[in-house]
Amino acid sequence: MSEIILIGASHKTAPVELREKLSFSQEETMAALEFMKAQPGIREGLVFSTCNRTELLYIPEQGDQVEEMIQFVSAHKELPAEQFRSALYIFQGDEAIRHIFTVAASLDSMMVGEPQILGQVKKAYKSAVTAGASGVLINRLMHKSFSVAKRVRKETGIGDNAVSISYAATELACKIFSDLSAKSVMLLGAGEMAELAVEHLLSHNVKEILVANRTFKHAVTLAEKFNGTAVHFEEREAALERVDIIISSTGATAYVMTRDQVKRAMKRRQHNTLFFIDIAVPRDIDPKINKISNAYVYDIDDLKNIVETNIQQREQETIKARRFVEEALVAFRRWLDSLAVVPTIKAINDKMTAIVDMELDKTLPGLSHLTEQDVEAIRRMTRAIASRAIHDPILFLRNTGDHRDDSLYVNVARQLFNLDLPEQYKNSRTDSI
Amino acid sequence: METANITLQLSALLYFISMAGYLCYLFHQKDRIQQISLMLVGAAVASHLVAVVITGTQAGGLPINNLVQSLSMAGLAFGITFLYVQYRFNLKILGLFAATILSAIMLAVVVLPDTPVPPDKLLKGFWFVSHIVFIFTGEAALGLAAGAGILYLIQEQGIKGKRPGFFFKRLPSLDFLDQVSYACITTGFALLTFGLVTGFIYAQSVWGRFWNWDFKEIFSVGTWTVYAALLHLRLYSGWRGHRSAVMAIVGFAIIIFTFLGVNLILGGHHQPFTQ
Repeated sequence: MSEIILIGASHKTAPVELREKLSFSQEETMAALEFMKAQPGIREGLVFSTCNRTELLYIPEQGDQVEEMIQFVSAHKELPAEQFRSALYIFQGDEAIRHIFTVAASLDSMMVGEPQILGQVKKAYKSAVTAGASGVLINRLMHKSFSVAKRVRKETGIGDNAVSISYAATELACKIFSDLSAKSVMLLGAGEMAELAVEHLLSHNVKEILVANRTFKHAVTLAEKFNGTAVHFEEREAALERVDIIISSTGATAYVMTRDQVKRAMKRRQHNTLFFIDIAVPRDIDPKINKISNAYVYDIDDLKNIVETNIQQREQETIKARRFVEEALVAFRRWLDSLAVVPTIKAINDKMTAIVDMELDKTLPGLSHLTEQDVEAIRRMTRAIASRAIHDPILFLRNTGDHRDDSLYVNVARQLFNLDLPEQYKNSRTDSI
Repeated sequence: METANITLQLSALLYFISMAGYLCYLFHQKDRIQQISLMLVGAAVASHLVAVVITGTQAGGLPINNLVQSLSMAGLAFGITFLYVQYRFNLKILGLFAATILSAIMLAVVVLPDTPVPPDKLLKGFWFVSHIVFIFTGEAALGLAAGAGILYLIQEQGIKGKRPGFFFKRLPSLDFLDQVSYACITTGFALLTFGLVTGFIYAQSVWGRFWNWDFKEIFSVGTWTVYAALLHLRLYSGWRGHRSAVMAIVGFAIIIFTFLGVNLILGGHHQPFTQ
């Protein structure tokens, strides 16, 4: 039985520049699938490419075909093999199965637990089916990977938790405000993390973005970037009337937003909720503001605490998820092994049938007094005896139990029955099971 | 009487199961469990309605002649109002609050002795029925407002305290809880107002006076004032969120006291309904 082989490069092994070069578009995927189909040494294949990984999964007929695949990618992508060979990982057999399960379950993603990956895997599988490149093994493998992914999603909390500061801030905003698209954001100061938080919020289509900066010119530049409005830093208290979420990240040494300012603003805005996200160190927003009714202040430490709790929880969940992957791997391996047993069982059956037929052909011509029905009855009886005789050994081969080495028993059986397996069984597709 | 009893007990049982279902939903967060629990509440309300209609037909009037019947009527009003609010806002976890309240009411209904009372000839007519319907549905809506208020306070506690824990994922946003609570308060307040007005008209038609200085009258007007103040403060001084939630809970506590406490402790002409 040929093993499954997986060649790939992902965010763990290749920098983004290389991943970009190796990435397959939909047309390129189809072309690669056609190549796999045409390649005589490959029985089944699948191509999986996202912005974070490109993976080729296939089942070779003979040899491992790794070099052929690398050459194909090199030729197709017009990229010398030396440039990407070191970034490749090559998995075989169980390793490859485990890897594809892990990927589908989003355990190997850049953002572990992100939900898009399963859809991408499904799309890759669909392409392989459309191209006619997938067969029994890949079909079963992929379906199994979908069910593992679903189980992980359903039974672990792996996709539940915010594990970046800006994501945690957005999640909090979602639990404070019901509809972010009706809310406005004000960015005080500038900074990478603050901008990231704004971008996260922007993905929820907030209504308006105000940018205030001590240097008005900077405010204008940033406002242009976010398609927002620049306001003067001194206008920030007045602006509290218009905005609902304030992200602050200035280099100021004193609070840029005091309790009194917010109390005054609260009255003007009819006590509509205000959410302050303070990313600055030292802090920009007076923590006492959190005591004001309908005002919430989260500073960088609060957000970090949430993220850390979430990461810890997620690690626990990852252990559980990996167990699901291992369970699925064992089940799939057992299925694969049962495939290896089938040709042997078929050979034993065929051999017994041949013996029965041979003996009947020798004996029956000497018994001319028998009616047609008698002949038929004898044929049936002898066949039944033969199949009864091999019934238990076959049952044993089919289900040798978990702790035994299946291949050992298959070998013993072959020797016992002196099966010289004809060529045709070795490559027989096992569609019958 | 037999059919009425069986349907009533069946509805009580269904309320209990739905409460257990909502508890499961709280922990497991499976939409399917919530849907089944909601359907159970629906079935319970239907069965409850049948029971009340049968009792009413037999008594020849609204069945609110003693404590058990009044409680049962309050439960029915609460159940129907909850189904409407659930349909309108789809605040799934509110079902836990509603099913708990309903189970508590129905437990009392099933356990307390239902001493038969001869129907009062006075307790009839359009104004009387409107008074009952408005008051009961209005108070049910205010009860749900208190439920949303409790959920608000739980969620707020987690966010303000910077420890988003068990409830953080399980409860919706503060804004939404406040919206639901506010909508329930405005609706409940309007119904309560109608209920009081029809009650006055009924009093005029029966006793010849609008106002009898009955304890329940005083407390009802007191409750009405509390909610009027809440709405006023919300509209003019921005009492939303935390304060509104607290007020909704306090208001509902006063309602419960008005419904039960006044009759049991203070007496008055509403007393027979809760004996």
